[in-house]
Amino acid sequence: MFLSPSVRRLPQFREGARQMAPAALGIGAWGLMTGVAMVKAGLSTLESSAMTLFVYAGSSQLAAIPLFFAGAPAWVILATGFCVNLRFVVFSLHLRPYLMHMPRWRRMLNGYLTADLSYALFTGRYPIPADTPEGRAAQEAYLAGGYFMTWCAWIGMSFVGIALANLIPQSWGLAFAGVLSLVAIVCSMATSRLRVLAALIAGATAVLAYALPLRLNIVVSIGVAVLACFWLEQRLGLDPDKEDDK
Amino acid sequence: MSTSTDWWTLAVIFGLAGVSVLTRCFFFILDRPWGLPDWAHRALHYAPVAALAAVIAPEIVMTQGHLITTWHDARLFAAAAGAAWYYWRGGVLGTMLVGMAVYLPLHLGLGW
Repeated sequence: MFLSPSVRRLPQFREGARQMAPAALGIGAWGLMTGVAMVKAGLSTLESSAMTLFVYAGSSQLAAIPLFFAGAPAWVILATGFCVNLRFVVFSLHLRPYLMHMPRWRRMLNGYLTADLSYALFTGRYPIPADTPEGRAAQEAYLAGGYFMTWCAWIGMSFVGIALANLIPQSWGLAFAGVLSLVAIVCSMATSRLRVLAALIAGATAVLAYALPLRLNIVVSIGVAVLACFWLEQRLGLDPDKEDDK
Repeated sequence: MSTSTDWWTLAVIFGLAGVSVLTRCFFFILDRPWGLPDWAHRALHYAPVAALAAVIAPEIVMTQGHLITTWHDARLFAAAAGAAWYYWRGGVLGTMLVGMAVYLPLHLGLGW
């Protein structure tokens, strides 16, 4: 945790921060556009700031925005956020052996601050969890250095975006930048044939079922896509883990 | 043109913050080790991409709750250009910039 000097003093903290720096540029620019997109979509400055500071997850923030303005009920927005964040559930299984020696509040703070890039950089640098106190401290410092960098870049540039958004006319349609970043994330997740199919089925179902009340079309689409892929897995005898390696 | 703050929206935002904590810490909140049932593990392969695709598809091909019936819509070309960039070069930022570089001239210049 980067608030603690004993973590920040270790050389691995600076190493993690330095290695994250190039990626932080991209994260900052994405944060900037997310800040603009939130305000342009109609969230107030306070709401946008709360999103940035507390939700701290670009894709679930961007996915929630259209749902807010379609009048979706809270549970649909939260369930969508949960599904969008499911990749973190997989990460948390991987991170468990690195963090279990800490008290609960400390591992949860570390976990909350570890987003996609911090996770990828950390598990790339340390493929095996340490089993000595020194090794564990070094790993925590490296992880904290990385997410310290991403946190500063994301939060700082999001606030710049929120401030700038009020200067830009609504008619420019800059909120669409948020949809475009989600297009990139969908492409990055569509790594196997069945996942491409899941995306296509879910997209088509969401459009066809749009008339459903409460934005339930999102929930229905996820269900239809997952069940269709389960059925195809069995039918074609595919192993999803092996598919992912392709 | 800031709209006023709505308490319900703020409450949902705090709920989403809770979702961030829950998903990022999922397997190390409890002390004892545990795993997911097999069906849930398999659903993890498809649910995230399905959720995002379901959110963005209507944002790209629908207006006011109806499927668009014209090609004269900047969003179609912007999304296609963004996706093409992603498969060529990768990166969220490049995808967004290329998409907006297609979107803005069509939207502001031609009114699509």
